[in-house]
Amino acid sequence: MFLRMGKRVGITLFSIAAVIVITFALTRILPGDTAEYFAGPAATKEAIQEVRVKLGLDKPKYQQFIRYVQDLSRGDFGQSLTTGQPVIRDLTARLPASAELTLAGLIVSILIAIPLGVLAAVKEGSFIDHISRVVATAGVSLPVFFTGLLLSYFFYFKLGWAPSPLGRLDIIYSAPPQVTGFYLIDSLIAGDLEVFWAALKQLILPAATLAIFSLAPITRMTRASMLAVLSSDFVRTARASGLSTRKVILTYAFRNALLPVITTLGMVFSFLLGANVLVEKVFAWPGIGSYAVEALIASDFAPVQGFVLVMAVMYVLLNLMIDLLYGVIDPRVRMAA
Amino acid sequence: MNSHSRITAVSTVARAPKVAVAVKPAEAASAAQTSGLSAVLRQTKYVISENPITGFAFALFLLFAIAAIFGPWIVPYDPLATNTAIQLQPPSWAHWFGTDQYGRDLFSRVVVATRLDMTIAITSVALVFVLGGISGIAAGYFGGWIDIVVSRLADMIMAFPLFVLAMGIVAALGNTVTNIVIATAIINFPLYARIARAEANVRREAGFVMAARLSGNSEWRILFSQILPNVMPIMVVQMSLTMGYAVLNAAGLSFIGLGVRPPTPEWGIMVADGAGYIVSGEWWVALFPGLTLMLAVFCFNLLGDGLRDIVDPQRRT
Repeated sequence: MFLRMGKRVGITLFSIAAVIVITFALTRILPGDTAEYFAGPAATKEAIQEVRVKLGLDKPKYQQFIRYVQDLSRGDFGQSLTTGQPVIRDLTARLPASAELTLAGLIVSILIAIPLGVLAAVKEGSFIDHISRVVATAGVSLPVFFTGLLLSYFFYFKLGWAPSPLGRLDIIYSAPPQVTGFYLIDSLIAGDLEVFWAALKQLILPAATLAIFSLAPITRMTRASMLAVLSSDFVRTARASGLSTRKVILTYAFRNALLPVITTLGMVFSFLLGANVLVEKVFAWPGIGSYAVEALIASDFAPVQGFVLVMAVMYVLLNLMIDLLYGVIDPRVRMAA
Repeated sequence: MNSHSRITAVSTVARAPKVAVAVKPAEAASAAQTSGLSAVLRQTKYVISENPITGFAFALFLLFAIAAIFGPWIVPYDPLATNTAIQLQPPSWAHWFGTDQYGRDLFSRVVVATRLDMTIAITSVALVFVLGGISGIAAGYFGGWIDIVVSRLADMIMAFPLFVLAMGIVAALGNTVTNIVIATAIINFPLYARIARAEANVRREAGFVMAARLSGNSEWRILFSQILPNVMPIMVVQMSLTMGYAVLNAAGLSFIGLGVRPPTPEWGIMVADGAGYIVSGEWWVALFPGLTLMLAVFCFNLLGDGLRDIVDPQRRT
């Protein structure tokens, strides 16, 4: 158990080190003048020189790296040229918006995908199985930004059910006092149901877009692992012992089938965090993804670097969480070490 | 083994002679009959009859290939010609997909864009196929420090959410189409390297490798003449499976404004152009490029699944 934990922590540390090295390498080792990147496209010669000295770019590479790590540990991600703010402040201000959207998308997706996958496996070859196959194949083929546009066309323009697909809250409402940064939770804490509904309405379309996107891999994996478990010996034994189908499927098969699905979640997160950027752009969602896109277009490099770093660290930590969860659910994993 | 050689012959139409020769030492018996154009056609027919959906995907693929190759000559209008008199016209007989905000014909733009999108996807996949394939095979076959370097490199890349890494790479390397190709190749590297490594690893002590070693072949020669041809089929399947993802990734990058510059027709950027008109009801500007993009990805995924089912039925889900 401790060996496993130690190994897992080792992997996490390696990943974080990799993230730091790569984000450093992206700017310093690649061709081009780093000072020019950070000074932005409109900078004069003097401004570039100033940035060079300020960032220590006139020093040797290893010293630059040490300084980079020191800056990061102090939470100094540089300054954004477009907003004029420290990048870390912009990112922390916008992170809850992205997190709320991604989590909402993931939860909706899991709530649909897992029952669908289980049903498809239990009734293999039936109508529902075919539906799940179509969903799985169509889901991976849909460009996430295109799905978002289609949804807003139908539900906003055609049917008028959804509010205008711009941002987290209609301008007539003001944001609830910040506690968690999640509008849905904050508005409930403040006891303001009207804002809650308004925020929920804004969230539905972008979250649905993300959900449709991540539906495919989860459904596919649930179906496959459920099929494998259903044909195993212990399920046969449970059936032969006369247990009800419900008990066999839910207690015996489902719990075991869940394990590979949790492993897939790591991959799903990789896609989801990327897709998040596109969805934020489509729905003008004020998260870190749209922040990075705006900075990219303005050739403002520090925010992009900070964004890549934050996303990668979050992804590494999510993977760690998934692995630990795996150990909690499956005692065999704990015993094996 | 038989189906392995079949698939090799079919899926590498473009380089059939090279592969056919390379396959011989390992699978001499079956490979001997699969040479020349007629054999390739026969194998294609076999694969299609196995699975009609794969056949459909293949037909769709041909359509895209035609659009990519002959696109600029078969479209009815100049994809760049603006005409302010016919701005934002809905689809009609004259303009099948309607016109955009500058009065450009969307059908012509969508068709002409095929070449650029396909080129980006194919070059990036080919690049990672060569780099990831060779380094993965070397890692799996030799082990030791090559293995450590390649595996750690793959781990490092996998530490990132892939699309985010691609954004960072394009931002750092510069905002050009070439860099989109490079970024797409880099984020796919771990997939290819890992598969090639695993496949090469299980074969390093195989009978035919031992035999080749005993008869005095050098290690690198064994790698290229024995291991590579055997790892090829699974790699080709991987290639067609990732092709759809490569198209999506490239279109996603250009959707957020990276790489391709307007007015160059490209599906991602065309959807981005039309995004603003969706909320005012001009659906066609974004719909047709988006639909085409979706169809292309769908086509590659079906093709990949079909090939996979034949080469490696165990992995069918």
